Amino acid sequence: MLRAPRSFPYALLLPATIVMLAVVLFPLGYSFWLAFRNMSLYHFRSHEFVGLDNFRLVLTEPIFWTLLGKSLVWTSVNVFFHVAVGVLLAILLSGPVRGKTILRTMLVLPWAMPQYISALTWRGMFNFEYGAINLILKQWLHLPPVPWLSDPTWAFVAPILTNIWLGFPFMMVVALGGLTSIPVELYEAADLDGANGWEKFTNVTLPSLMPVLVPSILLGTIWTFNNTLVVWLVSNGGQPADATHILVTYIYKVAFTYSRYSYAAAFSVVVFLLLLGFVMYVMRRTASQERTA
Amino acid sequence: MKKPDHAWTPGRVFVQAFLVLFALATIYPIVQIVTISLRPGDQLYSTSLAIIPEGASLRAYRTMLFEKPFLLWMRNSLIVSLTVTLFGVTLASTAAYAFSRFRFAGRSAGLYLFLMTQMFPATMLMLPLYVLMKNLHLLDTFAGLVVAYTATALPFCVWTMRGYYDTIPYELEQAALIDGCTPWEAFVKVTLPLAAPALSITALFSFMAAWSEFLVARIVISRQEMFTLPLGLESLAGQFQTEWANYAAGSLLVCVPVMALFVALTRNIVSGLSVGGVKG
Repeated sequence: MLRAPRSFPYALLLPATIVMLAVVLFPLGYSFWLAFRNMSLYHFRSHEFVGLDNFRLVLTEPIFWTLLGKSLVWTSVNVFFHVAVGVLLAILLSGPVRGKTILRTMLVLPWAMPQYISALTWRGMFNFEYGAINLILKQWLHLPPVPWLSDPTWAFVAPILTNIWLGFPFMMVVALGGLTSIPVELYEAADLDGANGWEKFTNVTLPSLMPVLVPSILLGTIWTFNNTLVVWLVSNGGQPADATHILVTYIYKVAFTYSRYSYAAAFSVVVFLLLLGFVMYVMRRTASQERTA
Repeated sequence: MKKPDHAWTPGRVFVQAFLVLFALATIYPIVQIVTISLRPGDQLYSTSLAIIPEGASLRAYRTMLFEKPFLLWMRNSLIVSLTVTLFGVTLASTAAYAFSRFRFAGRSAGLYLFLMTQMFPATMLMLPLYVLMKNLHLLDTFAGLVVAYTATALPFCVWTMRGYYDTIPYELEQAALIDGCTPWEAFVKVTLPLAAPALSITALFSFMAAWSEFLVARIVISRQEMFTLPLGLESLAGQFQTEWANYAAGSLLVCVPVMALFVALTRNIVSGLSVGGVKG
């Protein structure tokens, strides 16, 4: 801790704080305010207070629950594969393997690519007639082509596949960092106790990785849940017929395509409260686990 | 217990083969972009899986550079991204310094508020910003984009910078203070030069956040001559049949420098991430 006039740290913080207040806190408050009014394209200047009407509409329409279910599937499937694939690759890469540097670089590339380019490229690869995926299915595996972007179910699988590809490198890099910090002695002790590979994985590797993985998983869960871009671009704005939305892409569409501003604001307030509840629950649980451990 | 490195047990061969195949599958979408960008005009509806297409040509690159407004989009993106980088680095390095070196009322609350912003669904901020910009006639201006992007990039940058400052011993600044420097001089002349690696990550991150942002740009910018690269490339990718090769060529021109930079800096990024997370 340095000694300086009491006002010095506040002066340092001032510029960043002004920007954050203007662009984050103010809009946030405005969003809450908007959620209780009826602003839309038709009531852009003349909107009025409507109480909880928007919230009632959000929570009683079946679409909310459908989208919530899809958001949960989207998030859990993605995060599960990000972690599983990432940790598996990290463990294999830290073993005796030739060409480690080049393999690692290749495996990190999806993270390095601007997301919108990845998403658009995958959309092209999912094209029914000329996309690479159906061509591979047909020409190499002799399987029938899949209607990736026109069938509602497959059109939801497509962005999930894309996002798994996008997300595993982050977890792999995090796990690689965590693996290097596990002391060799732990494995030697496990060997002395006659542990096999799987036992070493569950009793040494995984518990040692957890402190590094848990914050990344929490962050990854929030990012994935809030990821509008991938679903939006791969499904081309929710096609076919708005059947592929998750919560956040639906809000984006309702707000900026249908201009139902207040309804969208209420919707995002509900989603925000859901996330806030989830994060507080997880943080409290990990905190209590740390205390008992 | 370790077997000597040259012993190829069946298990090792399997692992090696698996990793190589997985890595090849991973870069396949990138290879796809290269392939499509090289397709000559008469093969747009190709069903060939050859990596180098028959009669490969650089036509799409020429089209993108000289016939499409690609360079204009790049100029727009550069203006926006460089301004965001400037603001991001300045604001994050000062704010993070306060968090790292001083104890003051509201310190930990402030730090966690920065982190909490990651939790808002993007529309929750975009929607009021959009309404606000519409009211202030800031739609279709770069100013609107710059402000929005700076705010998105700041939380991560502040945490990274603070983590890095924490690793620099503050005795150096104390010595400078005893020698008669003001706190500001000690910060600018002593700490900031030492924090150069973290500054470069912050700069890269701010730049990238602005360089590849699509959703905010889509609602703020509607005039073609104001398009940033993501908007421009998306407008090409929308028309699968005609523009696909041009889209691929443009993407590659955008991707390659960014990816090279990222790979070169991966190590710093990871250590930046982990350093930032050690202490609350």
